Amino acid sequence: MLAAIFLFVGCQLTGEVLRELLSLPIPGPVIGMFFLGALLVCWQKTGTNRNIPVEVERTAETFIRYMGLLFVPAGVGVISQGGLLRAEWLPILVGLVGSTILSVAITGFVMHWTSRTRHTKVALINSERTL
Amino acid sequence: MSNNVFQHVWIPLSATPLLWLAVTLGAYVFGLVIQKWFSGSALASPVLISIAVVSAIVLLTRTTYQSYFAGAQFINFLLGPATIALAVPLAKNIDLVRHNLHSIGIALIAGSLTSIISGVLIVWVLGGTKDVALSMAPKSVTTPIAMAVSIEIGGVPALTAALAILGGILAAILGQEMLHRLNIRDWRAHGLAAGVAGSGVAAAQVAARNELGAAFAAVGIGLNGLLTAIIVPLMFLFWK
Repeated sequence: MLAAIFLFVGCQLTGEVLRELLSLPIPGPVIGMFFLGALLVCWQKTGTNRNIPVEVERTAETFIRYMGLLFVPAGVGVISQGGLLRAEWLPILVGLVGSTILSVAITGFVMHWTSRTRHTKVALINSERTL
Repeated sequence: MSNNVFQHVWIPLSATPLLWLAVTLGAYVFGLVIQKWFSGSALASPVLISIAVVSAIVLLTRTTYQSYFAGAQFINFLLGPATIALAVPLAKNIDLVRHNLHSIGIALIAGSLTSIISGVLIVWVLGGTKDVALSMAPKSVTTPIAMAVSIEIGGVPALTAALAILGGILAAILGQEMLHRLNIRDWRAHGLAAGVAGSGVAAAQVAARNELGAAFAAVGIGLNGLLTAIIVPLMFLFWK
């Protein structure tokens, strides 16, 4: 657990350093994500049948499961936008809902349509519904 | 009496991170309980519920957002390592991601442009100000990139951050059901759509349910961040 957290924080630090050094327009954690991804792919491909350590996998699962909580402090920032929200609530509301729905639909549709012939069995969602 | 309580309990407590850390955690646990109550429905989003509860408490106690955030920043910090953690499902499914790179590229460009253009256009058509229209442009990418791009093009970064998170919640709440309605039952499409249209918040919802979805969501967040950071400032170069 601790070693895995160290790995994640270490990759985040690497991401921040790379961002500063190369003055990239992308946040450190996103660079760090690609960095750790590359590291883990190398790890998997260099040995025969080498898997990602269970500890790393479990820690990642825990972080991802509670990721929603981590957005709450930034989300509460909406209260500091009261003035703008009251003044322009209609364009903001319709713009936000409309463009989010359109974007989900277009991305999902194009992805599905262009990849439907490949590996469809592995990717199939069982009939479970969420609503 | 209540004045006494205020002086000896509230004031010292509200100066430590402990109080707002506890309130934020408590609100999220409450959100999870509510979601369980509605048998796990995506509509009862714990993120949305807890943001509403915490916002109400912060406003009612007349606390400023700055002093709330001083306490809650420890939770906010963990967003970094959590983003890094998305590399694990990404690496595990790397072969499938590589085989679908063409599709990912096309879907990414289509979805990203749709989000940017439709957001700005709707605000403009409904008579919103330019500040709000520009703040809407980068809202579908991960919050730090969205804010940086917003500053770059002359939007309101704090509004962009709020829109990014609220948009992510919307994508998380409506996305899966909507794609089911369109008869799309493919974790690659669900994951990528969540990552591109709703960044981290929507990705978290898909990632918690399926590993392949998590891998495509991670790719969506990363690549859309990259694409938006490059094209949005170019698109709005002449609209200042």
